[in-house]
Amino acid sequence: MSQTIPIQEPSGTEAKLSRRKARQAALFEPDLVWTAAKQSIVMLKPWLMVRNPVMFVTEVSAALSTLVLALDLQRGAENLPYTVTVVVVLWLTVLFANFAEALAEARGKAQAETLRRTRGTTVARRRRDDASIDITTSDDLRIGDVVLVAAGEVIPSDGEVIAGAAMVDESAITGESAPVVREAGGDRSGVTGGTRVLSDEITVRITTGVGESFLDRMIALVEGAVRQKTPNELALTVTLAGMTLAFLLVTGAIGPMGRYFGVEIPLPTLMALLVCLIPTTIGALLAAIGLAGMDRALSANVLAKSGKAVELAGDVDTLLLDKTGTITMGDRQATAFHPLPGIDPALLAEAAMLASFGDPTPEGKSILVLGEQLLGARAPRERTGGELIAFSAHTRLSGLNLPDGRKYRKGAGDAVRRFVLEQGGEIPPALQPMVDSVARQGATPIVAALGGEVLGVIELSDVLKPGIRDRFERLSAMGLRVVMVTGDNPLTAAAIAAQAGVDDYIAEATPEDKLEYIRREQRGGRLVAMMGDGTNDAPALAQADIGVAMSSGTQAAKEAGNMVDLDSDPTKLIEVIEIGKQLLITRGALTTFSIANDVAKYFAIIPAMFVLALPRLAPLNVMGLSTPQSAILSALIFNAIIIPILIPIAIKGVTYRPLGADALLRNNLLIYGLGGILAPFAGIKLIDLVLGATQIF
Amino acid sequence: MKNLFEQCLASLRVVAATLAVCSGLYVLVILGAAQLFTPHTANGSLIEDGKGGYVGSELLATGFTRPEYLWPRPSACNYDASATGGSNLSPTSDALRERVQGSIAQYGVEAGTLLPTDLVTASGGGLDPHITLQGALVQTARIAGARGVDAAKVEGIVRAHGSRPGWILGGDPIVNVLLVNLDLDKRLR
Amino acid sequence: MNIVFVIAVVAGTALLSWPAGKYMAAMMHPAAGAKSRVSQLDRIAGKLAEQDWKQYCFSLLLFNAFMFTVTFLLLSLQQYLPLNPDGKGAIEPSLVFNTTASFVTNTNLQHYSGEVSMSYLSQLCPLMWLQFVSAATGIAALCALARCLAGNVRCGNFYRDVLRATFLVLLPAAIIVALLLVAGGAPMTLQGAATASSPEGVVQTIARGPVAAFVAIKQLGTNGGGFFGPNSTHPFENPSFLTNIVECMSIMVLSMACVWMFGRITGRLRHAAVIFGAMALLLTLKIGFAVYFESAPAAALHDLPLVASSNMEGKELRFGSTAGPLWAAFTTATSNGSVNSMHNSLNPLAGLVPLAGMWLNETFGGLGVGMINMFLYLIVGVFIAGLMVGRTPEYLTRKVETREMKLAILALLVHPLFILGGTALFASTPWGMGTIKNPGARGFTEILYEFSSAAANNGSGYEGLGDNSAPWNIATGLVMLLARFIPIIIPLAIAGSLAAKKPTPVTTGTLRVDTPLFGMVLLGSVILIGALLFLPVAVLGPVAEHLAALPR
Repeated sequence: MSQTIPIQEPSGTEAKLSRRKARQAALFEPDLVWTAAKQSIVMLKPWLMVRNPVMFVTEVSAALSTLVLALDLQRGAENLPYTVTVVVVLWLTVLFANFAEALAEARGKAQAETLRRTRGTTVARRRRDDASIDITTSDDLRIGDVVLVAAGEVIPSDGEVIAGAAMVDESAITGESAPVVREAGGDRSGVTGGTRVLSDEITVRITTGVGESFLDRMIALVEGAVRQKTPNELALTVTLAGMTLAFLLVTGAIGPMGRYFGVEIPLPTLMALLVCLIPTTIGALLAAIGLAGMDRALSANVLAKSGKAVELAGDVDTLLLDKTGTITMGDRQATAFHPLPGIDPALLAEAAMLASFGDPTPEGKSILVLGEQLLGARAPRERTGGELIAFSAHTRLSGLNLPDGRKYRKGAGDAVRRFVLEQGGEIPPALQPMVDSVARQGATPIVAALGGEVLGVIELSDVLKPGIRDRFERLSAMGLRVVMVTGDNPLTAAAIAAQAGVDDYIAEATPEDKLEYIRREQRGGRLVAMMGDGTNDAPALAQADIGVAMSSGTQAAKEAGNMVDLDSDPTKLIEVIEIGKQLLITRGALTTFSIANDVAKYFAIIPAMFVLALPRLAPLNVMGLSTPQSAILSALIFNAIIIPILIPIAIKGVTYRPLGADALLRNNLLIYGLGGILAPFAGIKLIDLVLGATQIF
Repeated sequence: MKNLFEQCLASLRVVAATLAVCSGLYVLVILGAAQLFTPHTANGSLIEDGKGGYVGSELLATGFTRPEYLWPRPSACNYDASATGGSNLSPTSDALRERVQGSIAQYGVEAGTLLPTDLVTASGGGLDPHITLQGALVQTARIAGARGVDAAKVEGIVRAHGSRPGWILGGDPIVNVLLVNLDLDKRLR
Repeated sequence: MNIVFVIAVVAGTALLSWPAGKYMAAMMHPAAGAKSRVSQLDRIAGKLAEQDWKQYCFSLLLFNAFMFTVTFLLLSLQQYLPLNPDGKGAIEPSLVFNTTASFVTNTNLQHYSGEVSMSYLSQLCPLMWLQFVSAATGIAALCALARCLAGNVRCGNFYRDVLRATFLVLLPAAIIVALLLVAGGAPMTLQGAATASSPEGVVQTIARGPVAAFVAIKQLGTNGGGFFGPNSTHPFENPSFLTNIVECMSIMVLSMACVWMFGRITGRLRHAAVIFGAMALLLTLKIGFAVYFESAPAAALHDLPLVASSNMEGKELRFGSTAGPLWAAFTTATSNGSVNSMHNSLNPLAGLVPLAGMWLNETFGGLGVGMINMFLYLIVGVFIAGLMVGRTPEYLTRKVETREMKLAILALLVHPLFILGGTALFASTPWGMGTIKNPGARGFTEILYEFSSAAANNGSGYEGLGDNSAPWNIATGLVMLLARFIPIIIPLAIAGSLAAKKPTPVTTGTLRVDTPLFGMVLLGSVILIGALLFLPVAVLGPVAEHLAALPR
């Protein structure tokens, strides 16, 4: 078993989170509120309103009531304070709805603007076909242009490094202060416009035209004008429109029915009933909920190419996660020395250390750390004497040849074996079982030798990230299947999979394996999410229902996926899924709340409407509202102000906890269903008391 | 077109088959069984008057207004067994109240005594052959007076007809008005 | 004791529905091996191919068009046809239209009185035949729906289903019930009316006929059309306490069995049990409400010198005092519409129960179509509850998306449109105002009831309403036809659309539809939608009347 060595989270994560929070504006930031307030009046244009059937009906009701009011004013009818109040509250209802949408939009834009500001217009050095350089601005760059960016310069637009390597500061985009390496030809060739090169010079091929970058697309998604309704939003809109139609029918029928009883119900009262009954609460907040979902994705530093992708994330059944960096810390660490029978453990430790002086990789360093722990003061110090055999991927060996002829080696089993045989030694029979046993436990066996003598095995273990097991347990409570993707052999993969508690693994994974696995899952009807960075991940990213490409990845990967993670954080997928689920839950919860509200509003309005003509209906006034007019107004006012009251929930989303479906449903039904029935009784009564105190109605 | 023709043909075949079986075979089977095993009730539970005619049906109320007979419940269709129906008056309506007051007046009860409700309310079909035993006992004094016999004798006959159709699950004991009246005529004259 | 009676009838029916549902599923959707036994029957219609939902609906409509045509002709010509011992004359054309529409749609709203207008041939041939095949149409449609939801794009063959439902389900059940009624004393004769002379010398013409056969299928097929005007209050249709129980159970048993059949065909008995539970709970509530409010005396009779009793107006003594409200709840919970007491004489709030039954129209509901109606509420419930668990809503592994919601909402709108629209039109014009029997709120309720009954394909009425007029005949005739076929076709379209989708696997993140929690969701959607749409009219009608009649 590889022991879990307590290791700190990669530095800067906390700082990153706090920066992210800072960028997320306060809910009712004055600037945004002012912008939204202005915008909510602009949005009154009927041809804009018609996109939202519920609020369109509300606007028409308000307009009709205004007309009646105008006629009343002309005739000098009584009841003017009542009619005026109805008209005002009806218009307020529409404005509140517009405000909710405008606020969500403003927040999204503000967030996107912050990102966009970083990339303003920058100077670009464009290389012509004839290799000459012209100086231009980022606005003039076209796809395929090649620019040179030197240390201290800002990368003018999204692109791919085609020559050179450089340290790049991406903190403006990701909030991560540590610079990253971007180089040509690897899986780290993608660069983002607006980031700054710190060292060296790179040649970048521009891959996006003006206004086409992921950021631009994201900004478009939070701008109402071009926003497309997502499939689920559309289905809900249809449902709400249907309910509106039904209540139009109910209210429309009450007029003629009143005639049977000899009651003429004034139009503003009918309009008040209609607006109270139709699901204005959810109708007003629906757009804001969707926008806020995009906004939350953006504040998690994820650029989604469509709203649909974010929404779809909630439906994901299978999650493909890379082992390295996601499930394990990424680097294998030496965790134990296993000497062969008859070998002094101290000798093995010393040999391992000496052989590792030529290995600057984290693995090599971890052997030195472990050796020092074991040997203490007796540990060998690095010395200049002797010949260092540097580790290379080709030889898979490192070592040290001392002047006295002693040759220390450590490395992969077959490489060391070859070395020992070359030195005229032989392979002890105890070695193979020892190597196998280490491998079975999910660790990597490294063999150490001194000349022709094999000393023992160094155990390199993958160290699980702290808390990863709990995280997977939460995911499986949500009904997700987690699949670990690794290049390890099946034995190692199985062991790590068991430790981490994932449901399945793909060992020795090739890009084709991933693609095939995704296809197989999809044939079973499952929705698959994966994260990738390399060009060879592109087919799998394209095939997956949710493909999140790392910002550091190649352009091909970014094009293939439907989201880009600016942090290049492999655990981001889990966050994205939660954002998707929260989006849907918020819609469902507020719809339930909205419909459940109607019960109380009925109890306020229906007796009030008819009590003058049918005084015997008085016992139905269960809330004991002071007068019929006050009852109708209280319901209408409650209906209006519940919209701004719920804006925080719409924008932040309902609290999401990773629970099974049954528990989630039970909780939400209790809060938003039962709460939705009870809350308005209290609210309407309260407003009635306030109205009663004014003694106008 | 060919498909439509085939569909019509299939429809017609199913129409013919179901019509023949449901309206033909089924009726004949039930009719045969009923006429074979229960000919009396199958033909309407009619009671012969001994002169080749009928006095009525055991199952249907018929009108009685003379004091020497037990009176049935009021009938909205005036006991017409060829055009039946209920009053369809709302239990909150003044019309119902007036009609019931009229019925109460017919019974001419003294102040302080209460009539069983069934005596003054109309049944659904207007042909309920029963009244409650309680409702019958209210009438025994009148019948005895009109017939000039001992009230206990009338009461005895009435009580002999009392039955609880639903055992413990049903309502109050009831009597069949026509059968009681025929019995009264048979035994008391 | 009254409670024991109610519980015994309800529980007995529920118990009986289990084997009945098993039998229905075996007959309608036999397992592969058992097919040969029932396949003899299928040959009647000729070669039968498996149909998709569109072809199925087309056959259904075509067959119903033939049903309509045959019936319209036979009724129009009854005066020239045989089996007319009492010489009934011609029927007015708008009444022929209304009656035909009424029986084709399984409604059996009767704007005529059987013993007055109909010859024995009219009763037995078109009307009783329709009581079989219209019920069979409903069962067939439910089978098609269930097969779609089980994931089949091809959902059976309509003709095969209708033949099986008629001959293997309804016919055996009708024979059993008819024989029980015969044994219980119901008439079964082709002789014309008898004449009797009472001891007081009053001559009584006693209408009779082949009653037992007619009443059996009227109850079993959720038809409800009586042989006589006052339906099962008439002693010939319902001679005794025992026949009343037999008929009461017959009203409900096959509708309950349809839910089990649905569960068996879809292979989801637990889901069916949850639906059954939700329906049963709603039914129990309605029965309790009706029995409670009907146990009060008629308000108009208070302070008259009468022994305290439950409301007796319009009730028969032989059934016991709770039989009326129990039946009223049963007959409107299903789309039966037969009565054993006069609904127009029910106390106002007891009368709200039959109305609520018809507004919701799916607490077991009409044969087949009750479960189909519930399917619409299932879709709406699944959609909203599904969102609350954070996934695109799905029903039986198929995603519910815009197309399904559009259709479901459309189908649900049909019901309030006809009821509220129709009532508004007739309550504000002489078409309705001039025909009411009782004044005030009760008169309004009479109009409301008539449209509710037509739209729910129920067929009961607040009788006394002068509904045999051309406006009533035409309006309710159209409502019955549209309210029958739209809510059959649209759900099949939804199911067909679901069947064509790829199934998604069930995980712990999936909304489960076989838990009591989901039962509550379903109940909530049904009650909330019903209450929200119909609360205003409930207040204007029954509630206003109740409050107005409270002793001051």
